[in-house]
Formats: sequence, C-alpha cells, structure tokens
Amino acid sequence: MNQKTRHPGLNLGPKHQSADDQAETEVFGFWVFMMSDAILFGLLMATYVVMRPNTNGGPGPQELFELKSIFIETMLLLTSSVAIGFSHLALKHEPRPVKMVLWLLVAMALALGFVGFEVHDFLKMFSEGGTPQRSGFLSAFFALVPLHGLHVTFSCLWAVAILGQMLVYGLDDRVKLSMVRLAVLWHFLDIVWIGIFSIVYIGGLA
Amino acid sequence: MSAADEKRREARSYLIGYALALALTLPIFALVAWDLLPKVAIWWATGVAAIVQIVVHFRFFLHIRLKGQKQEDLHLILFTTLILLLMGGGTLWLLWNLHARMM
Repeated sequence: MNQKTRHPGLNLGPKHQSADDQAETEVFGFWVFMMSDAILFGLLMATYVVMRPNTNGGPGPQELFELKSIFIETMLLLTSSVAIGFSHLALKHEPRPVKMVLWLLVAMALALGFVGFEVHDFLKMFSEGGTPQRSGFLSAFFALVPLHGLHVTFSCLWAVAILGQMLVYGLDDRVKLSMVRLAVLWHFLDIVWIGIFSIVYIGGLA
Repeated sequence: MSAADEKRREARSYLIGYALALALTLPIFALVAWDLLPKVAIWWATGVAAIVQIVVHFRFFLHIRLKGQKQEDLHLILFTTLILLLMGGGTLWLLWNLHARMM
C-alpha cells in the first residue's frame, strides 16, 4: 500500500474526503471496542474448554451437534463476509449506492440464513435434552455460541438501520462511516466463528 | 495507480481471501465427516488451520498489514492477542493444573 492509511482496514480514500477525515478516530475507536469484544469471546472459549468434560451424565457433543448444519452455517457466514466486502468496495468506488445496497442485502440474507440454521440447531438440541441448565458443558456452550448469534442478528439490525438512514438522509458521511464500521464488525464476527466452529464443533465431533 | 486498478486489486484481495478460507475450511470438515485421521491429529490440524485462517481473514478481508499502516493499529491488535494469550492460556493452565491436583 503506497499511501498511509488512516485506520486499519479498507479506507474510503480521497474520493470521500470529508468522511475519510472523520474515519481515523471513529473507525479506530470501533476497532478498540471490537478488540475488547474479541477478549470477551476468547475468554468464553477458554471457559467452554474448561467446562467441556462436565456433562454430568447429560448429552455430549457427539449426540447434540450435527456436522452438516455447522458446515452450511460456516459457508453462509464466510460468503456473507465476502459480500459485505464487496458492498464496502462498491461504497468506495461506485458513484451511486445501488451496488452497495445490493451487496449489503446479499450479506444480510446470508447472515440471516446463518442465524436461521443456528436457531434450528438450538431447538434440536433442546428437544434432545440439551438445555443450558442440564450441565456445565451446556451452560458454557449456551453462553458462547448464542452470544455470537446475537452479534450477527444485531449486525443485521444495524444494516437495516443504515438502509433506513440512507433512505432519509441519502448517502452522507454518517452513512459512509457506519458502513465502514459495519463491514469491520461483520468480518470480525466471521473470525470469531472460526474459533467457535474449530473449538466447539470440530473439537467436539472429531 | 488509477482508481480502476485499485478497485480490481481490492476486489481480488477478497476473492483470494475467500479461496484461501475455503481451502483451509473444507479439508477440516472432510477430515471430521469421513473420520480420516485419529482424534488428536484432527485437533492439531484444526488448530493450525484455524490460526492460519484467522491470519488470512485479517490480511485479506480486514486488510491488516505489517507495513504501510499507522503503527498504533498494529499495536492494538498485537496487544489484544497478547492479552488473549495471557488470559485464555492462563485460565486453561491454571484450571487444568487445579483439576489434576484435585483428582
């Protein structure tokens, strides 16, 4: 990269001068928040690993987890992360926001698909006696995995809010900066998912 | 560099990241689905693939580089990694040690 970037990640660049000027503090601040969130997730994963053997005679990972559904969720979230990247690129390079909105809708649809599959998984676990109060393993599981699902759900809500803001105010600096931060959050949640599927699901089913 | 070049280069970054992420994820799921290796070997492979994939996501999706950036950003991410290693690793070490002594 030739020019100095203003903040970590894809910068809007000189075409969006006024938004880019504000981006330095705002996006860096958002990164600080996200890194604190990363520590939260990391420690919940450590808690899960510690609690994992404590099934108290209840169902364990082999009975409760379904590899096929986890695989579909992983693909949906990964593809959604790429889609939000293209939305971010369209915001940076396209004069009109049509492509940005389309890619954002694709990313949202994939993320909502992810949440849908995840809810389906949880309901299936409940029906097989895998409820949070059953054992230490399940308490730790339900502290970690649905927290990530909630993050994804609220990211989608945030995307809806950005779209609403765009309808009312147009593509102004606030919308641009929100999009930059939303993209960062979206990619970050996919990184957290790598940890979850590796530690919780692959670790449990292997 | 023209805007069109920049756009192409940035779009390619996402596609390379996508391809690498798939190349790291699919074999791991295949290992588990068809039970190709013993359990502990799969755990090791998964751990290595996950760490590499996290680096790939940071590099190609979040565009984090070692050079050409403001150094504060890199410090923030490296400091977070350090805290995670200390707190996460410390938790595991301490509690496993305690567990072993209580048994």
